[in-house]
Parts: sequence; structure tokens; C-alpha cells
Amino acid sequence: MEKDTKPSGALSRREFITGMTITLAAAGAGVAALSPLSGAEETPSLDAFLQQHYKRLTVAEKKAIFARLEAEIRSTYGVKAAIADPPPMDGVEFAYALNIGRCIGCRKCVYACMQENNQSRDPQIQYIRVLKMKKEGRGIDLQSAVHDYPQNEAADPDYYYMPVQCQQCKNPPCVKVCPVHATWQEPDGIVVIDYNWCIGCRYCEAACPYHARRFNFTRPHIAPEEINPHMAYLSNRPRYMGVMEKCTFCLQRTRVGRYPACAEVCPTGARKFGNLNDPQSEIRKIIENERVYVLKEDLGTVPKFYYVLAK
Amino acid sequence: MIQFLLHGFRSVFHGSRAYWLWVSALLILVLVGLNAYARQLAHGLFTTGMGDEVSWGLYIANFVFLVGMAAAAVMVVIPAYIFKDREMHKVVIFSELFAVAAMIMCMAFITVDLGRPDRLWHLVPVIGHFNWPGSMLTWDVIVLNGYLFLNLYVCIYFLYTAFHGHVPRQGLYLPVIFVSIAWAFSIHTVTAFLFQGLGGRPFWNSGLIAPRFLASAFAAGPAFMILVFTILKRLQAIAFESTVIDKVRVIVTVSLLINIFLAGSELFADLYANSAEAIHISLLFGLHGESLLAPWIWAALGMNVLAALILLSPVRRQPLALMASCSMIIIGVWIEKGLGFVVPAFIPSTLGDFVQYVPSANEVLICIGIWAFGLLLYTLFLKGAIPIVNRTEIHPD
Repeated sequence: MEKDTKPSGALSRREFITGMTITLAAAGAGVAALSPLSGAEETPSLDAFLQQHYKRLTVAEKKAIFARLEAEIRSTYGVKAAIADPPPMDGVEFAYALNIGRCIGCRKCVYACMQENNQSRDPQIQYIRVLKMKKEGRGIDLQSAVHDYPQNEAADPDYYYMPVQCQQCKNPPCVKVCPVHATWQEPDGIVVIDYNWCIGCRYCEAACPYHARRFNFTRPHIAPEEINPHMAYLSNRPRYMGVMEKCTFCLQRTRVGRYPACAEVCPTGARKFGNLNDPQSEIRKIIENERVYVLKEDLGTVPKFYYVLAK
Repeated sequence: MIQFLLHGFRSVFHGSRAYWLWVSALLILVLVGLNAYARQLAHGLFTTGMGDEVSWGLYIANFVFLVGMAAAAVMVVIPAYIFKDREMHKVVIFSELFAVAAMIMCMAFITVDLGRPDRLWHLVPVIGHFNWPGSMLTWDVIVLNGYLFLNLYVCIYFLYTAFHGHVPRQGLYLPVIFVSIAWAFSIHTVTAFLFQGLGGRPFWNSGLIAPRFLASAFAAGPAFMILVFTILKRLQAIAFESTVIDKVRVIVTVSLLINIFLAGSELFADLYANSAEAIHISLLFGLHGESLLAPWIWAALGMNVLAALILLSPVRRQPLALMASCSMIIIGVWIEKGLGFVVPAFIPSTLGDFVQYVPSANEVLICIGIWAFGLLLYTLFLKGAIPIVNRTEIHPD
């Protein structure tokens, strides 16, 4: 950057050749630099690239997309899967209650969830995190919790075990911050993600106070024989590299009258699930009669995941 | 217009050996970064040091820092246009050009942080599905692009009229300048709101974040401009009186002191009350067991305080001492924004899990590549602009 005495003077031949050589070399090297792209784990098809937001799709478009996804699953995993799109049921708002007095921290729910919802096994993605906290220490205190205790440390009577998963907040911070409406709350209160619309900015993951969201840092890997072929578009269909995912209260099951996989598998009956709007439901009885608490009540997120301390 | 572009083209191809060495070195770093990004695109963000616990790292940290650097151009624009400082007018274009380069770097850092950059079009209003006004990220998209275009317009308009020897028409640039001054504050404020609006992250959820962002940016940005102006003057590329440096130095000093004061005030409130945030802070400073961040944050604090002491003492008139303190401020604020602000909010996680973050080599290469790209752009901008600016100096207005 020396002083330019002849700013508009003509370029000398030598300068021109040097400049062009550097430019061309840079362009060539640029192409070479991009070579790792040929080994890409996933390349979106044109249809996938142009696909519109879930809420903007017509019934016919959805049908075509589901068929395309089913074909993709067949060619990737060799599995004949069916992608359904069960609608929320009228007048239903789902809620969960978990009895800490009964939970033994066996983590059967963690693995049942993974099998049901087709999470990546390598790297392993889990929606439920079980926290182990000493009863006579600081009690229920997140920062003194153990997250990765070995399996033989389950069912210790000196400890509380508190599983945490998506709290399906009435006021979900994750939905508010998403820049592209890729995640939203359904009428039955379930927060869902359109895996074909998420741009992977992870703002929702930063906003979530419950560590409920997971990101596909690489391409999810599942053995074909472990695929659950009963899928829904907004929940357990296979995910892509670079998108978020989360617990959906197993909407592919719960919207057709079944229990979530975690509730069904629980050996101690610590997990209860039901319709908040039904006064006769078990979940309403628990909330009305037991001592319940929600996590981080002061944040105003209004979770629909109630913890109970009962026997 | 063709003449103008041709001139720019000639200027950037016309330089000394040192210039070519500098440009080639930057180009090589850009290519290394591009190669690293191609690897990340192929295998996902798995290639970074980020995970579900610390889900934002160096990319977002650099982004936040550079938003501040870009916003800081206003600290040279204000004296030039509001206080009508004639000497400042000679250098103001160089800080506006830096704002352009910094904005482009910001957007690059956001893009490399995305898991699905192929879906970037979802963020385009109307075509995509823009969550405005709900998501602060959509506000950021608007203000960052707006700031880029405002500065681009001002720079091109000035250089174009100067190139043709015309006098710039006030009606065509003054309103844009004033809008860009307000806009500069908005880019860093909105970027702060991106973080401070998150109730689930007590470390960020403080009303002092936006003022602290502005104060630290108005220290680091002008400090960088002091370095650039001084180097360009040494190279005899541009000429201006030393009052310019003196004035920018005062801005840097005052901003730095305000920044230290605000940070201290926040530390006190949280540490004394032992609030939910205190755990992040004590970890950050290494007061709570092992912390990879602690040495960095102590270094940043040391550099900022030492720089403040130099700037308050008579030594500040020594060019070398001034350059040293400016460098310390830039590095100190960079550490403070990244390792001292973005990362510690994730440690511990919202469920109390202590997971440390170490950026991967690939991630670092991408960062270096983007920085080299930004500096290369800025170098080329300067190379094209300086001859035009110097020519008008001979025939003022």
C-alpha cells in the first residue's frame, strides 16, 4: 500500500500479467479447496430444496411429499415406512406428570424414546435426561446433579432421580425466537418442528431453559432393523443433518389414543400422561390432589410437565 | 460508471511487492478457510467443537465482535458530520469502508454457523417465512443488511462523485449519513437483544448487555481505526493532522472506562446476591473448579485495564504506546465478547451440566478464513479508494 503516484495511469504489462495470474490461480485453487464437498454426507434433492413450509402445503402437496420421503427412507434404509400426519384432537391439551418419589432412574424411558422416535444411534441423541441428586445433599438442585451416572447407580434410595424432557411450555421461548417459524405450537399444546424448514441456527437451543432440544451435528445413523416404520411427518420420521429435533410427546401415538413410549415403558408407574382439558382424566386428578411443581416456574414459560413428590 | 470500476480494477492490480505479498497471504488463508468450510458442509457441524451443551461457539462470538467493530464506524462519522470536524472528513471514508467489510464478515460468520445454509432463502422476507417481529434474529437480518447497504451507498456515492471531480450533493448523502448514525446504534443493540431477551440464560438475561456491547464496541472499533490510520499515514498513503488520532483516542479512552465500569457493576450485583448467574461468572473467573475460560478472561481483563492505564497516563502520546494499547483493547474486547460472553452462558448448561468447549482446528481455520477474507476486501477497498481520495485533496470541494 505505497503511495500511488499514478492512480489512473495505465497498468504495465507485467502488473497485468501478475494480477491475472494470481486471480486465475486463486480461482483454480478455490475449486480445489471445495473438493471435500464431493464426499458430502447428504445432498438435498431439488424437490427438497424447493419444499415449502408445512403450514403452506396443500393436501395434495403433502401427499406427494410424504410419498417422496417414504421412497427416500426405502432407498436409504431398505425399510418400508409409512408417514402419517395425524391432526390434533379437538378439545385436547396434553400434559405430563412425573412422580419423583417413584422414579428409580433406570432410564428405560430414555431408550424406549429413542427406539420409538428414530433418533440417531451414532452419535446418540436422547430426548430425556435423567438427573441424579442426593436427597441429603442440596436436594433438588440442578447444579449438583449428576448427568451421566453408570447404570448400576440407578435405584439408589439415597438419591432422587428426575428425568427432564421437553416441557411443552404454554409460553415456549423456542417458538418465539425461531427466525423462520420452523417450530411452532400445535392446538393440542405440542411444540413441533418441520425438519424440512429448519435452517439450523440453534437459536431455539439457546433459548430453551430445559435443555430439551437436540441438534443433528452430523448425519443421523440408525441401523435399518432398528427403524420404527410407523412415522409421522411432524415427529419421528428420520431427521436430516443440520436440523433441530425434540420430544413431541410421541404425537404419532398420542394423537391416535396411545400413550407416549416413555410412559408406557416406565416400570414403576412414575409417568402419567393425559388430557388437561378433561376433568376426569388421571392427569387432572394428580394436579388437583398432589403436591406438584414445575421446573423454573419464575421464567414464565408455564410448562405442562408437572413433577410430583409422592409415594 | 465503467470508468469508475475500471479505475478500481487498475488500482487493485497496481501495487508494490509488499502489497502483493500481503494480498497473496490473505488469499491463501481465504482458500484454507474455504477448504475447511467445504469439509464442514460435507460432514456437518460435527467438525466443530460445539455440541448440544455449548451450542454456539467461535462463529457467533466473532459475529458479535464484528457487529461492534462495524457499529464503531459511527464514532468517526459523528465527529466528522455532527461536529463538522474537517480533518475527520479526510479519514471518515476509511472507517465507512471498514464497516462494509465488517458487515460482510458478520454475515459470513452467521452463514457458517447454520446447519442448513442451503435453506438460507427461508430467511428472506416474503419468499421464506420470516418470523418478524417475534424473533430478534429477524430484526438482526434487517438491521445488518440495512447497515451494509447504507454504508455501501455512502462509500460508492462519495468515491464516484470524487472520481468524476464533482462536488457531492448534500441532499443525496447527508440524510443517509444521519440515518446510518442511528442505524449503527441499532445493529449492536439488536444483537445484544438477541441474547439479553433469553430468560432461560440468566448470564445473558440482563438489561446491561446492550449498553456494555456499545461501550466495548466504541472502544475496540475506533482503536482499530487508530491502527489503520496510523499505518496508512506511515506508509504515506494518506495525510491528515494528528488531531484526528487525538480525538479518536479520547473516544476510545472514555468508552473503555465506561465498559469497565458497566462490567464491574454487573459483576457486583450478581456475585453479591449470589444469583443464578453467579455460577457462570465464578466459573468464568476460575473461582469454581476447573475452567478452560479463566486464563483467557483474566488476560482480557488485564489487557483492558492496562490499556486504560496507558491511555490515562502521559505515555499515551507516544505512538508506540498508543498502538500497543489499541491492540490490547481489540484483543481484550474480542476475548470478552467471545470467550467471556457467548460461551460462558452455556457453562453450566440449563440443567446444570458442566461441559467445556474447545473449538476444533477446522472451526478455527474457518474463522481465520473469514477474517482473511474481510481484511482482503478491506485492503482492496482501500487500494481502490485512496487514490481517489488523495486526488480530491488536491482540489478540495
